[in-house]
Amino acid sequence: MLNILWAAMILIGVVYALVTNRIDSVTSACINSSAEAVAVCIKMAGIVAFWSGIMRIGEKSGLVSALARRCYPVLKFLFPTLNPRSKAMEYISANFIANILGLGWAATPPGLLAMEELQKINPDKKSASREMCMFLIINMSSLQLITVNILAYRSQYNSANPSEIIGPGIAATLLSSIAAIVAAKVFERATFGKAVRE
Amino acid sequence: MNFIGIVSFVSDMIIPIVVSVMIIFGMKKKISVYDTFLEGATDGLKITVKILPTLIGLMVAVGILRESGFLTFLSELLSPAANVVGFPKEAVPLSFMRLVSSSASTGLLLDIFKNYGPDSFIGRFVSVMMSCTETVFYTMSVYFLSVNVTKTRYTLAGALIANAVGLAGALVITIVTFGK
Repeated sequence: MLNILWAAMILIGVVYALVTNRIDSVTSACINSSAEAVAVCIKMAGIVAFWSGIMRIGEKSGLVSALARRCYPVLKFLFPTLNPRSKAMEYISANFIANILGLGWAATPPGLLAMEELQKINPDKKSASREMCMFLIINMSSLQLITVNILAYRSQYNSANPSEIIGPGIAATLLSSIAAIVAAKVFERATFGKAVRE
Repeated sequence: MNFIGIVSFVSDMIIPIVVSVMIIFGMKKKISVYDTFLEGATDGLKITVKILPTLIGLMVAVGILRESGFLTFLSELLSPAANVVGFPKEAVPLSFMRLVSSSASTGLLLDIFKNYGPDSFIGRFVSVMMSCTETVFYTMSVYFLSVNVTKTRYTLAGALIANAVGLAGALVITIVTFGK
């Protein structure tokens, strides 16, 4: 799926540029975007490394697992087949909490670690497991309650009341997250069958 | 202090509090906090290096698609259909770009604020919409490719449904809250 998607994006772009006589833009996109990717990564590296270090302290002290236990009633419903005491469960809760608080870059390290843990128990290493699909669909439904960036942009452009969108934003976020859970559960049932605790 | 001041104060406080609590709790448990930090930070750096190729591949693909003008073409194509269902056509390119690239969608968002004002109907709608949608393609690629999973099953479909519901929800909620 990702292979096809990626190839299609590039090929469609090239063909469209050819047709509209903007083929030079493809060359500049290759150069500029790859440089941009490295720049983003370098910018991210520091904060991701810092946060991974802080997270590790929390893991060792047991703070993260204590937090995960608090989340377990909700996570049990989302991941019925996943061991509640597993590392994967800890990382998933850390990722969700960071996302809800709007700490995007703090969410990435535990998120990737969660994928690693889930891959260890994945019976088919090339295909997404039940838990991976659920985790990522919820992750991509936007969990962030308050988008501080948007508030900043709104006041920068002289909004009379920049924060008036917080309430509606939270309502819409809840809606999309509920849709994510329902969609993931329905697809899951159709693909993997009923969840059975091992 | 006005409301937005309080909100930004609270969000400024989150990081210092979380960091301090982690360290204090670690010291209470007699953990060598700095050594542990270094361990984690090393792994964190490895993560960044690991996702760099994914990021390069994806950002180039998005860059080509954007620079070729195809994304603009596609959103123009979708505009009439969007208008039929009552979706503001000014927001079509942004709604679309939101799924693909966060820097490009921020650019489009600021364009809308500049041209229509953040307190216009369209300005409010995109503000709400940005807070309930996510850069699906980027997130999916980074997470799946980091563990070499290529068959993603229904992940994309599920994520797109969630984002579509968010989009529609944002529109309805904006109309109900602020009027048209």
